[in-house]
Amino acid sequence: MRVLAAMSGGVDSAVAAARAVEAGHEVVGVHLALSRMPGTLRTGSRGCCTIEDSMDAQRAANTLGIPYYVWDFSEKFKESIVDDFVAEYEAGRTPNPCMRCNERIKFAALMEKALALGFDAVCTGHYASVVRGVDGELELHRASDYAKDQSYVLGVLTADQLKHAMFPLADAPTKAEVRAEAARRGLSVAHKPDSHDICFIPDGDTRGWLSERVDMVPGEVIDHTGAVVGTHDGSLGFTVGQRKGLHLTRPAQDGRPRFVLSVKPATNTVVVGPKEALDIAEIAGEKFTWCGSAPASPETAFACEVQIRAHADPVPAVAQVVDGELVIRPVDPLNSVATGQTAVVYVGTRVLGQMTISRTVSALAVAL
Amino acid sequence: MAIYLDHAASSPVRPEAREAYLAALAVTGNPSSIHRDGQNARRILEDARVVVSDALGCDPIELIFTSGGTESVNLGITGLFRARRSSDPRRVRIVVPEAEHHATIDTVEWLAAHEGAVIDWVPVDSLGRISLEAWQAALARDSETIAVATCLWANNEVGTIQPVVRLASACERAGVPLHVDAVAGFGQMSMVSESFMPGYPDDDSPVAAGGGYLTPQGIGVVPGISAMSVSGHKIGSVPGIGALYVSRSTSIEPLLHGGGQQRGLRSGTQNAAAASSMAAAIRAARSFNIFTMAAIEGMTGILRERILSEIQGVSITGDTASRLANNVHIVVEGAASADMLYLLDEAGISVSAGSACQAGVARPSHVLLAMGYDEKTASSALRITLGHDTNYEEIGSLMDVLPGVIEKARRASA
Repeated sequence: MRVLAAMSGGVDSAVAAARAVEAGHEVVGVHLALSRMPGTLRTGSRGCCTIEDSMDAQRAANTLGIPYYVWDFSEKFKESIVDDFVAEYEAGRTPNPCMRCNERIKFAALMEKALALGFDAVCTGHYASVVRGVDGELELHRASDYAKDQSYVLGVLTADQLKHAMFPLADAPTKAEVRAEAARRGLSVAHKPDSHDICFIPDGDTRGWLSERVDMVPGEVIDHTGAVVGTHDGSLGFTVGQRKGLHLTRPAQDGRPRFVLSVKPATNTVVVGPKEALDIAEIAGEKFTWCGSAPASPETAFACEVQIRAHADPVPAVAQVVDGELVIRPVDPLNSVATGQTAVVYVGTRVLGQMTISRTVSALAVAL
Repeated sequence: MAIYLDHAASSPVRPEAREAYLAALAVTGNPSSIHRDGQNARRILEDARVVVSDALGCDPIELIFTSGGTESVNLGITGLFRARRSSDPRRVRIVVPEAEHHATIDTVEWLAAHEGAVIDWVPVDSLGRISLEAWQAALARDSETIAVATCLWANNEVGTIQPVVRLASACERAGVPLHVDAVAGFGQMSMVSESFMPGYPDDDSPVAAGGGYLTPQGIGVVPGISAMSVSGHKIGSVPGIGALYVSRSTSIEPLLHGGGQQRGLRSGTQNAAAASSMAAAIRAARSFNIFTMAAIEGMTGILRERILSEIQGVSITGDTASRLANNVHIVVEGAASADMLYLLDEAGISVSAGSACQAGVARPSHVLLAMGYDEKTASSALRITLGHDTNYEEIGSLMDVLPGVIEKARRASA
């Protein structure tokens, strides 16, 4: 197969490309330039987007003896990821840009370009597994290394995209093993630090980054009864479940800590409340996709597990499509759920689908 | 199949240039040393200086070897700017056309940001030609506040040859020193001694210098040029060597300080072997220049015709009447440079997008933007540049794959 290996400059994508080469594929390395003004040097925990990272990827490609190119996706990345990220926060939601990047850049814009240019597959260093199910259709499953599993951020992939996706690290036992393999293969990125955080927010300070792009207007912090308990410098960037940095002036009557329950951009208010008010009994959204083939009758409630963050544990739930909306009810309440977040639905290790959460129902309201 | 059609980026090292380099490497000694070893090295260096200065039409003492085109341009522009401003602090303006090479653009912008330079951008037209009227107007306006003017002899992307003789004489009249970036033109145009023909037709351009006339397709030091940059690897020498002509009547500040080599304008141990390689490349180029240039011109002509007649939605950019013989530059409707480059590379053909790269990414060409093309079109360019080793068969092979490449690239952009 002719395989395009997306190479960020990190160890995972380098080893993935190496495995694709070893499997006998004709591999071409491509680094995506996602920033119009890339920094020169890698800083902190970011693992892509600087010229140093691009050179790391180049060196890995040289070691593997494969051609290497840098393709410019900076315009598309800004339009569909960065601008969307800001707009989501402005609407009071908490977006997941990595998920959007997989959905709109890596397995969309890049994959479409790759297929048009004559490639058969796009290979990445994601820890996830594509397998053929009993019905003969392709399915996305968790990687064998549960600690590194990244199937969550790939939940957006459709059946068509799975056909052309290649994840050679599916069966990697641990990250340490992957690093050791990189070292054995002579890849200079073997000991490069892991990347986390959002790649376009260098220091991880989302609120600070947002404040440079949107007007932060001071407003009120209210509790769940509507009483004003403090002020904020701008409602954007607060995260549901956040406890620190609230600077509340009026203590809670019961003296217990309070947490961000929601952000309301329309009134520029941040709503806080007791921990139990974060408990969510139901999440729902009309924007959902099935990963691979769709369930036969999603209108009938079915048992599943739901995961609402990349590093959260999945919890048992019951899901059902009701009037065009996917409704998921966890068996035990979920904690700290923000609209805009993605819920990925699993059945065992299989990713069944995903939805963008647009509505939540508090467990408290249900209990009351 | 491996076909190299990116001579404007770097031309393959000519066998003569490789041999001269290796021979010179065998010679021990620093050209500045007094002993005979040093003298041997110096002989190689100075022989090379004679060849290069002869090709430009200047005296050997007026030729400064540098590490390449970018250093030459930096020294030429910054050196002239600083010398002129320190002799009269009112002189802060730099007259510079749009569509210059980044070596120039980034240098003048740096001077504007750090040393108070004021940039007078002179527009180019849709063919990439510098507007002579705007150039003259900029020079006429408060001439006493101008530090330096600079321009390309020929545009490195689209190949348009500028009316340098006229641009230079305008500078001479205004009393403004002119730096010319001749990196792209050098080696692709007749060199001065070939083109200085006694009694050359009575063109209205005042090109006489040293008892001859420069042909319109010739390159060399003409009156009004104070400094001129050239590079070795564009004509088939080893990379890492270039030169700056600095007229004996011109005052210029050095960028590198140290041992005072080369009139104190470029301190640092001189690279005799690379200079010798550059000289050998020039000799090789000149020995059959008329024939190769005619052959190259024939091939580019055929290539242009075939592209226009065989592929829809492609247009030739730049000035077809006055352009570098080896340059074919096209913009392709609905395709992206990066995709075409990838597909051609896959087919074993090396060409370029022409525009400056940052971390290996092809950006929209600032040259095409300055010529009035929109951003999409400026990201759809292909620069095909031929050289001394190109043959008709290779042009045929390129045309065998180009239509398919463009069709595929268009699908990838759809």
